[in-house]
Amino acid sequence: MTKFFFKSVARLAAVASVALGTLAWAAPPQMPMFRFEKFTTANGLPDNHVFAVLVDGDRVWAGTENGLAVYENHAWKTYTTTDGLAHRAVLSLALDERTGDVWAGTMGGLSRISGGRIDTFTQLNSGLSNDVVYGVSVEGENVWVATAAGACRYDLRSGGWSLFNERNTPMNEIWVYGVSATPTKVYFAVWGSGLLEYDQKTGRWDKYDDPDGENEIVLFKDQGLIHEIVTSVSYVDNIVWAATYFGDSRYDGRYWHNFLTKDSGLPSNFTNTIKGVDAKRAWFGTDKGLAYYDGVNWAVYRPSLTTGKPEMTIRDGKGNVTSVEVTSAPAHNYVLGIDFQGSDIWVATAKGLSHGIHQP
Amino acid sequence: MNWPIHRWLQPAVVAVLAAVAAVLLGVSVGHGDAAHAAAMPVTGEVLNYASPVELLFSPDGARLYVLCQQSDEVRVLDAKSDAAIKSITVGRVPRGFSLSASGDRLFVANSWDDTVSIIDTKSLAITATWPVGSEPSSIVADREGKRLFVANRISNDVAVLDANTGVEEKRLAAGRGASYITPSPDGSRLYVTHVYPNPTPHRTAPESEITVIDTARAVVVDRIILHNIAHAFHVAFSADGRLGVAAEMHPKNLIPLAHLEHGGAFADTLMLFGADVGKPVEIPLDELERYAVRPFGVAIMADKSRIFVTCEGSELVTVLDVQRLLRFAHTHRGPNAQDLSASADYVIAHIAVGHDPRGMAMKHDGHSLLVANRLDDTISVIDTRTNRLASTIALAGPKKLSVLRHGEQTFYTARHSFQGQIGCANCHIDSTFDGLTWDLEPDGFGRDIVDNRPIEDVKDTEPFKWNGGNPNLPTECGPRTEKYFWRAENYDDLTLTDLVVYIRSLQARPNRWRRPISESTPAQERGKDLFTRDKDKFGNAILETNRCVFCHSGKKGTNQKSFDVGTKKWTDNTGPLDTPQLTNIGITGPYLHDGSAATLEQIWTVFNPEDKHGRTNDLTKDELNDLIEYLRTR
Repeated sequence: MTKFFFKSVARLAAVASVALGTLAWAAPPQMPMFRFEKFTTANGLPDNHVFAVLVDGDRVWAGTENGLAVYENHAWKTYTTTDGLAHRAVLSLALDERTGDVWAGTMGGLSRISGGRIDTFTQLNSGLSNDVVYGVSVEGENVWVATAAGACRYDLRSGGWSLFNERNTPMNEIWVYGVSATPTKVYFAVWGSGLLEYDQKTGRWDKYDDPDGENEIVLFKDQGLIHEIVTSVSYVDNIVWAATYFGDSRYDGRYWHNFLTKDSGLPSNFTNTIKGVDAKRAWFGTDKGLAYYDGVNWAVYRPSLTTGKPEMTIRDGKGNVTSVEVTSAPAHNYVLGIDFQGSDIWVATAKGLSHGIHQP
Repeated sequence: MNWPIHRWLQPAVVAVLAAVAAVLLGVSVGHGDAAHAAAMPVTGEVLNYASPVELLFSPDGARLYVLCQQSDEVRVLDAKSDAAIKSITVGRVPRGFSLSASGDRLFVANSWDDTVSIIDTKSLAITATWPVGSEPSSIVADREGKRLFVANRISNDVAVLDANTGVEEKRLAAGRGASYITPSPDGSRLYVTHVYPNPTPHRTAPESEITVIDTARAVVVDRIILHNIAHAFHVAFSADGRLGVAAEMHPKNLIPLAHLEHGGAFADTLMLFGADVGKPVEIPLDELERYAVRPFGVAIMADKSRIFVTCEGSELVTVLDVQRLLRFAHTHRGPNAQDLSASADYVIAHIAVGHDPRGMAMKHDGHSLLVANRLDDTISVIDTRTNRLASTIALAGPKKLSVLRHGEQTFYTARHSFQGQIGCANCHIDSTFDGLTWDLEPDGFGRDIVDNRPIEDVKDTEPFKWNGGNPNLPTECGPRTEKYFWRAENYDDLTLTDLVVYIRSLQARPNRWRRPISESTPAQERGKDLFTRDKDKFGNAILETNRCVFCHSGKKGTNQKSFDVGTKKWTDNTGPLDTPQLTNIGITGPYLHDGSAATLEQIWTVFNPEDKHGRTNDLTKDELNDLIEYLRTR
């Protein structure tokens, strides 16, 4: 009897495992889950319009329309122009990991926050090319700056400035929206002039354009950059991730892989910011939510476009879309900035800052 | 005034200098006591003095290391007998040194070579010389012996080096003129002081800082703001780490110097910080007729009973009672700097030492404090039990007093000014500049504001003053100084002559941007073309008088004439302005006659709307940057 019982259980277990395996095959891919906490003026942020977010160890910096805020020990502290900040609207942030200094690009110049002191560089008091600083990136002793009138490099050792514009680079337009600098390559997102590459070793410039020109159509999808209006760039593990207002691109130095809403999990082609995790994975900040791509599958995190309720959708590599029940989402669909804190994510949006706490 | 140590010397020196100066000036003074003069050690020769600036005892107390700035040496003395053991030649103008925790290595910052020397203290030989930033002035190792931290005065940063390989790991942003590093007693923090003020808006009070570095992480974690302070020097800590003391200068540059007789152009103060005081408190050292001019070195007794402060210009060591000082600090949170009666509450002694006293070192028994007297090559030994001078160690070297040395002593002493309040070196820190603008003349508050021009390489750049009113240095340093600065009887002719000889001898510090012509950067080359151009970008001829190279001509960048370059303000009394020399222009901000341009860029982006200060409004931003890149090489 006992022997029969155990045999039956074993058979049942075998059947169950086959069934579960079938179910597992049909289930959506595992994508990161978060519990989003929201920060607004109600809990200390100086403004709800958050352009940029930067993780600095246990601290988090937020560039808002009304000052630079730092979150430390569960409290926000704000720096404004009275503290020496170049301008109240902080558009971009970068961390010098060697020194701990934070660089803030603003609508009125570039500021360095170092040990509590703020030094400001403007087009009038320094070699900075323009006061509207859309992007900043620190690499070694160089601070690379994307401005409304070209890009520039500030040499921290010599104090010298090098300007890059239509006169000395293949930059057709000088509206530089983003920069991503590494010791080998520096990439610039140029609004209306594609993607610029600077080789640190050779000093050579390369330009990547949309092979379809400025047409808003895509004839051959993966032949090159998806569009000329490049808004953000992230260079990680020798891979370029580029965001445009008309889709996004991944470039490995030889092949392009482009992402559009129609054939990927991207919630919108209008992408404000992009941040690569590694060669395979990247995060996208669009006007219709936050998206994650793991190399095959997509996940979108946002308040529902219709109900405003938190939602998460997963799209697998075959295009199957699954909704996942969630209780929280980023503060707003219009995502402007992204940074990582371990397995957590921070998301700057047009209506607040969100801390996505990873759920194992 | 009381100058006990030098009083005996003065009549004889004056007599002898009369003869020397007569030779230099080519005039006859009519008479002289030839025998007396011959016996006196005075000479027109250029002599290589030691000029000790810093002192260190070896960990076992057996050796005394003496850093000699003019002879570019570290001298090693037997601490008991004062006998010389060895002299080690290091780089040019060494300014700071320190020992490793174990004492087996001595690190020296060579300020004019932009290097540090590593000395093995067993063999007393240099084992390595490593490049660092611009004008390294102080060097400290961490406790573990892994990293070196070097304060760079001109690049305004702290270089972090691998202590074993010398490879630079990174630079930390310090304040302007980063010069002295002091570790906390437990070694966990480094405190960096600065000899020049941080930039502040025009006509606002100066501000300096103590940059605080986390030694283990090698990052800046705090900046203690020194309000109203332009120059800060040594820091010392009590052994328990609860009291930090910084020597500093508090200029009163926003009010006319006519008020020298109403309380001085400077307050000489200490900044107290740390757990014993909470928020930093500024403590004055001055009292009427007994100023403590240019406090530099600080030492605190191990039992925390007293603080000793060297005062360069007053040529003395001021002694403070710590208990009384802390009591005052707790009951007078400030502002205290103007209170000339305050120091009576806690200053308990003044000890006359040598010319231009700088760094100090305490013997291990705590009974003797040694003081480096830079401008007479001696070390004063103070008995800390009696607060009296016990003895003086004379370093080997020239025994004659040269004209140059006498001129330099005159430059650094405060004895010639009203009540001994200031000396030339108050505004010309280490014979350079101070980064400040001043309201010098008694013409009302805020009138005729002037930027303090540097005096390096000043020879052959006359006339002087921004209005070109002083045709030569004897006028500038004589009657003008008497009238506007000293408010007291001036130097005798011979002293003035020696002072002028000294000032004319000042060399420019090395230019950190200048390279051999063949190695100029493309930006520098383009900038030079702009500097010398005679046509604007539209092909129009630029008036000769409106070309950069017309006014800023010659090796020193001045044609020594005055012009109206459109920068005159409603506060200015005078018209055309003297063309300043361009020597090391990249580091001597602020700019323009009134210091209204904080940076070189602002000269043209803000203050040249009508192209009167050179034709520049046709330039693009990158071209203006090129012009500045070239100017920085001057």
